[in-house]
Amino acid sequence: MSRHRRGDAVVAPRQAPTGAPSAPGAPGEDLVVDARDLTLRFGGVTSLDGVSLRQRRGEILAVIGPNGAGKTSLFNCLTGAYRPQHGRVFFSPEPGTTHQLVGRRPHAITKLGIARTFQNIRLFPALSALENVQVGIEMRQRYGSLSTMLGLPHMRRAEREGVGRAVELLRMVGLEHRIHEVSASLPYGEQRRLEIARALGTEPRLLLLDEPAAGTNPAEKRELAELIQTIAANGISVLLIEHDMRLVMSVAASVVVLNFGRVIAHGTPAEVQRDPAVIEAYLGTENGESTADAAGAAADAPALGRKDLD
Amino acid sequence: MGFLDQFWQLTVDGLMSGSLYAVIALGYTLVYGVLQLINFAHSEVFMFGAFGGIFAARAVMGDGGDVPSGLASVGIVALGLGVGAICGATAAFCLERVAYRPLRKRNAPRLAYLISAIGASLFAVNLAGKMWERQNVTIETPFTNGEVFKLFGATVNTKTVVIFATAMAMLIMLDTLVARTRLGQSIRAVAQDRDTAVLMGVNVERVIVMTFVIGGLLAGAGGFLYAMTFSAAYNMGFIPGVKAFTAAVLGGIGNVRGAMLGGIVLGLVESYGGYLFDASYKDVIAFLVLVAILMIRPSGLLGEKLGRAA
Amino acid sequence: MTATTTATTPPAPPAGQPGPARGARATLAAALLSLNGLRRLGTYLLLGLVAAVATGPDGTADEPLGAVRDSILDPRIVVFLLLAVALWLVVAAAPLARPLVTTLIARVREPVVASGLPQHRYAPIVTNLVLLAIAILAPLFLSGAARQALVNDIGIYALLALGLNVVIGYAGLLDLGYIAFFAIGAYATAYFTTDKALPVHSPFLLNPFLVMPIALILAAIAGVILGGPTLRLRGDYLAIVTLGFGEIIHLIANNADNLTNGPRGAFGVPHLSINMLGLEYDWGNDPMPYYYVLLVIVVAVMIAFGRLERSRIGRSWAAIREDEIAAEATGVPTLKMKLLAFAIGASVSGFAGVLFASKQFFNPQSFSLQASFLVVTLVIFGGMGSRLGVVVGVAVLQGLAYYLRDPVPPTDRYIYFGAVVILMMIFRPQGLIPSRRRKREIQLSEQGVGGADSLGGARPEGAQA
Repeated sequence: MSRHRRGDAVVAPRQAPTGAPSAPGAPGEDLVVDARDLTLRFGGVTSLDGVSLRQRRGEILAVIGPNGAGKTSLFNCLTGAYRPQHGRVFFSPEPGTTHQLVGRRPHAITKLGIARTFQNIRLFPALSALENVQVGIEMRQRYGSLSTMLGLPHMRRAEREGVGRAVELLRMVGLEHRIHEVSASLPYGEQRRLEIARALGTEPRLLLLDEPAAGTNPAEKRELAELIQTIAANGISVLLIEHDMRLVMSVAASVVVLNFGRVIAHGTPAEVQRDPAVIEAYLGTENGESTADAAGAAADAPALGRKDLD
Repeated sequence: MGFLDQFWQLTVDGLMSGSLYAVIALGYTLVYGVLQLINFAHSEVFMFGAFGGIFAARAVMGDGGDVPSGLASVGIVALGLGVGAICGATAAFCLERVAYRPLRKRNAPRLAYLISAIGASLFAVNLAGKMWERQNVTIETPFTNGEVFKLFGATVNTKTVVIFATAMAMLIMLDTLVARTRLGQSIRAVAQDRDTAVLMGVNVERVIVMTFVIGGLLAGAGGFLYAMTFSAAYNMGFIPGVKAFTAAVLGGIGNVRGAMLGGIVLGLVESYGGYLFDASYKDVIAFLVLVAILMIRPSGLLGEKLGRAA
Repeated sequence: MTATTTATTPPAPPAGQPGPARGARATLAAALLSLNGLRRLGTYLLLGLVAAVATGPDGTADEPLGAVRDSILDPRIVVFLLLAVALWLVVAAAPLARPLVTTLIARVREPVVASGLPQHRYAPIVTNLVLLAIAILAPLFLSGAARQALVNDIGIYALLALGLNVVIGYAGLLDLGYIAFFAIGAYATAYFTTDKALPVHSPFLLNPFLVMPIALILAAIAGVILGGPTLRLRGDYLAIVTLGFGEIIHLIANNADNLTNGPRGAFGVPHLSINMLGLEYDWGNDPMPYYYVLLVIVVAVMIAFGRLERSRIGRSWAAIREDEIAAEATGVPTLKMKLLAFAIGASVSGFAGVLFASKQFFNPQSFSLQASFLVVTLVIFGGMGSRLGVVVGVAVLQGLAYYLRDPVPPTDRYIYFGAVVILMMIFRPQGLIPSRRRKREIQLSEQGVGGADSLGGARPEGAQA
């Protein structure tokens, strides 16, 4: 009851009202993700409070917000790591097919076409870079334990193809020189890219990146922006959590802002930066600063807030 | 005679063995609460306590002769309990020192603890077998085991009263310790959040040792009660150990009162079940109960409270 | 064991006398005579005493402390006490020789510098061929009794250990009732091959070779039934549920007289035999034909599991061990993969049961809890996750047990096995011949990177909040 009211109220004014949920993939809009009214609580703490999120196919959408706003919780709900108490997530890997995701196990969701990276990098540390990507690729392969033990030709062929594809992906993220190195020994920025390669190995239609630029230097950030654009150009929708506003500005078509588990704004990066609710969320003040200053501050503030993150 | 005629007698027997399971189960639950590990060698702590208690009682009673009475009986039981508890605590302390601490210092993976505890159990069982022969060791009951009163037609004899009363007294003492004392507070703190407990100045190493020791005191005293009823043997720990673990899971592992409740419930179920089915499969019942809980309600009757529910 | 506590704080040399020799001597004296040093001496002396009792004369229940007294009065005690004192001195001197000691420890624990993975694949082949040649020729030089032990204690157990290695080494789980599947295989063989061994028998009788797939499937089904509900939960529950299951199978074998013949066991299960396509052969009572069949099977299983380990399935297992949440997110069906490992392990055990039953008489004693623990010990000693390690481990430990059967009675064996398990876990968790991947995992996980088992629960569920 109150949930509905909230859900509607929080959507930014310029957005079409989502109060009456239409059939997924409403006419005129080809959505890859349509998350409605997600509510997630841990004991007494409400992490997501009626969050709705719609992403057009092929779009790069960024989710921003102060620490603890519920960004990663949102990711965890989309990927099945958490099960929200309320709400539904519709995912459409191809136009015309839709799956409801809430209640599915993470691996099943990955199989449907959503891959993710983690805020605090979760590679398989003792496996090589190649093997990490192979795990992602091989989840789509079908040969079983019996044909493996017998070493049947179709299994060998599938494995060779997997290696070829993994090398290709490693080349794409610029790690071809690290193929046989243990992933834990890679430098931080390379680990982040390896994680993206592993996620791409699962042939996602939607890629969720959780702070991919955290802890990387400006040069790496530029490369990352290029990589994200390449990925999107390949027809993969990208949902991005990011604190670095410059990166968000350079790649994202639109931005959703979360605060205290609610959507407080939604629009293009430029619109969002001017939004008073966003400025307030980041600065905690209501007035006293010119819009222009506040917009600049909003871009910088997250960088300050990031310190207490990891 | 039908089940209903026997019902109250079975209830009395069930309560007696159930209270023993509860006493042993506390050792599992406390260690699980603090370390999130099943202490596979706890059954050997119980065994050492049983031998210690029974040898002490036998040394005082001498061979054969009259059954002591009055104060002498009380004294012998108290001595057995005390020595049993001390032996149990010593065994638990050594176990922690040898099989757990070196691994903790190295931050070993959890599998390593389970395996080293099994090694310790294997070592202890067979060492006891070597030192005290591989046969049952019994003592004369140190008191006249007459009828005390009738409960709905069921005979309640002295032994039942002694065991049940002692077990209850220990359970209440432990509950008070965990709920009221400073040590109990530290144990709960470590169980809830080890890192925060460290920051709050809790000496985690000491708490872990004390947890083992407390579990050992209880299991050792319980071992004496058990050996007084049945017998002591080098491999006596295994079956009560599995049952007590079942009781701990039944009540909600990590939950002190849950372990008590779980023990009693398991004792009753087993007593009724053993009558309804074949008595030689009595031990199977506990296992079936364990599998059933894991399938239906893995967090147990009262939930996993002492530690965080994983 | 307590060495590291004090070794970390070597007392500073007294000010004003910075001479390195005197400083070192003072440090040594302080390390030896401080409260900690003396306490350590006490611990070591106690350990020496325990070792003396464990290896000493048997006691009786009539004299609870008799065994301890006899051990102390036996002159052998001097050796143990001297060893304890020597250990004390060595550990106290360790900080002085720290560089040397660290290299020694490093050598023992064999750290891998996490960097390039060697890609050579042909060097091991030579080693393997040599080992195979030894395995083929060795029994020719052995006595009859040793050949029996070679089949019963090494061949069968190598197969069992290879199967359990899939559960412990690959999936990172613990199965303590492993021998129950072995029992299922053995009793199934008795049921299907003869009408004499058990009170009940199958309406049609089969050649033992035909029972192999049946036993394999039966054991796998039992494994799935047992593992399915359990593996949904924390992985350590599997250990206790399998422990209970093993005991129940043992109990049924012992008590169900009209089904299993109770403690009397099964006599007269036919030996392996072939009679088809004009080929006729009966394995008979001679252990050697059994040995070579087992050798072929063990080698085949090693090859098959090697493929498994290097395949997508092996990588999925590694992924689950190292980070279960990331594995799920990468599309690995973790529950299914764990169940697969558990079922594969169970089926190997069931398969071994067929060979065992057709080789010799068996009774419930053969399927005791200790037998399960023995297989665990063998896997841990050899090196979990390492096929070669596991087989060599079986040969070494079981071979020792055979050659030391006179000084060490079989009942005492498990004291040593228990000690071996603890010592391995403390000093060399990766085992005698470690698997490279597994060793890296253990080391990285000890540094706080990733995991090395799939027991779950230790890491917070579902990434960050």
